[in-house]
Amino acid sequence: MPEAGLYNAGAPEVAAGGEMIRVENLFKWYSRRLAVNDLSFSVNRGDILGFIGPNGAGKSTTMRMITGYLPPSLGCVLINGIDMARFPIKAKSRIGYLPENAPLYSNMSVMAFLKFIALMRGFRGRTALGKVNEVLERCFLENVRHQRIDTLSKGYRHRTCFAQSIIHDPDILVLDEPTDGLDPNQKREIRKLIREMGRTKAIVLSTHILEEVETVCSKVLVISDGKKVFDGVPSGLKAMSERAGDVLIGINSEDRREIIETFENIELCDKVEINQGCDVMSIRLCPMKGIPAEQIKLAAVRLCMQNGWPIDALSITQGTLADVFHKITESQKES
Amino acid sequence: MAFLNIWNITRRELVSYFNSPVSYVFIVIFLLLSGFFTFMVGDFFGRGESDLYAFFQWFPWLFLVLVPALGMNIWADEKRMGTIELLFSLPLTTFQCISGKFLAAWGFLIFAVLLTFPIVITVAWLGDPDYGPIICGYAGCFLLGGAYLGITCMTSAMTSSQVVSFIISEVICLFLIFCGWGPFTDMLVNWAPAWLIDTAASFSVMSHFTSIRRGVIDSRDIIYYCSIIVFSLFTTAMLLKNHRS
Repeated sequence: MPEAGLYNAGAPEVAAGGEMIRVENLFKWYSRRLAVNDLSFSVNRGDILGFIGPNGAGKSTTMRMITGYLPPSLGCVLINGIDMARFPIKAKSRIGYLPENAPLYSNMSVMAFLKFIALMRGFRGRTALGKVNEVLERCFLENVRHQRIDTLSKGYRHRTCFAQSIIHDPDILVLDEPTDGLDPNQKREIRKLIREMGRTKAIVLSTHILEEVETVCSKVLVISDGKKVFDGVPSGLKAMSERAGDVLIGINSEDRREIIETFENIELCDKVEINQGCDVMSIRLCPMKGIPAEQIKLAAVRLCMQNGWPIDALSITQGTLADVFHKITESQKES
Repeated sequence: MAFLNIWNITRRELVSYFNSPVSYVFIVIFLLLSGFFTFMVGDFFGRGESDLYAFFQWFPWLFLVLVPALGMNIWADEKRMGTIELLFSLPLTTFQCISGKFLAAWGFLIFAVLLTFPIVITVAWLGDPDYGPIICGYAGCFLLGGAYLGITCMTSAMTSSQVVSFIISEVICLFLIFCGWGPFTDMLVNWAPAWLIDTAASFSVMSHFTSIRRGVIDSRDIIYYCSIIVFSLFTTAMLLKNHRS
């Protein structure tokens, strides 16, 4: 870690447990517009927090406040126990930040840019050069190391900005739309890299891509109109879907009337949806509140076996993030 | 650590100045214009004196056009490209950022001014000049350039448009020239009280530059230029803070 300047002498370094980021009652006003409204959350070491929300929800503003670029109007940000407002230099030295749209000094070469960042992060001489070579290799930038940044493709530019954020091996990474504008292969590479680093660091990433939250993140935080509407694990968010926990059963039998009558009278279900396809009947059983889906599934199987109806498909639906995202962000707007 | 941070920023900016073809165009235009004003308008040979009066007297006007052109992108570009976010997420203070950038631009301007050394050789070869006023003249040019650059740095922090930054700094620098310029103060003589004219003139870069280029090192002149630089850079910090909130 680079040394902190005298400016921050006396800054505490102790975080509670493995807590790396703590955001407490954060507010941000832009003149009269409230961009972030009483936001609180924490991120531990080993967590990858997916920060999602509609455009203009306050994701980038929050990330800018976490990284110390913007001062909050109210509330505080603690980085590894260090107050960002009181000890900005020490707190910033713990963070790697990839801003939105990956801004870079376009008149520099990739190598010169990364060396500048290494020097600013407190590395000197051969150590700085070693750090540069390390990230060039890690972010697959070796073949463009001497190329000017303004001649690079968007993917390379993004990776260069990503490289600057990890050059000092920070404990905390804040990534604002890290895969925006990348092709599918590049997205895969970056996600792999984030997952790898997520084992030892605390990572906050914002994204519009909900599948990214499922594949990369261990925690998810949804904000709408600057307010937190969900904070938990991705599976918990999916479970909020109206369709989550429904039992879906496909039956391939000619006794359609009997099947309908039997399943319409099945116990412990709120709703039964029957879709009569050409060959296979598809039945959706929505369990009553508090009734486990497994119990309904077993009951359905038992019914089919008793009547000799061949089961073509059987599953418990998990719901989709897109459904929940739409539901909770829209309901927040309406309220 | 603080000095290293300033030096790292200064070095990055200097390298980018020297890597940019526009900087070389700036140097060539500056040298051509300074030569033109000295020999054609200032009548260097016609004066028949071995000094650099004809050379230095045009600097407030020459810098009026060239310094805002040099410094207009200092912060405007950072804001336009979004790199300001990257810069301020690094572990360094606003003061270090501003100082580093200002020193780089000032260093480049000083380098451009030093490239006029052939005029010193010419005057030394043609006559036997007094080197005191020449050295003071150069020192005055550096301070004058620093003051203009400080103002441009401030206007650059006001906007993300280089053109707007250029125009505002032109207006401010022009005001600082006119408030002590002979024809302007003559206009005020008829109706304004003497103390007002004196106060206005004391804000002028002209009166302070004239005494330095004559070879008189007056602490008031140095304090004047340093005050403009410090005030401009302090205002720049306030503007950047405002931009970030």
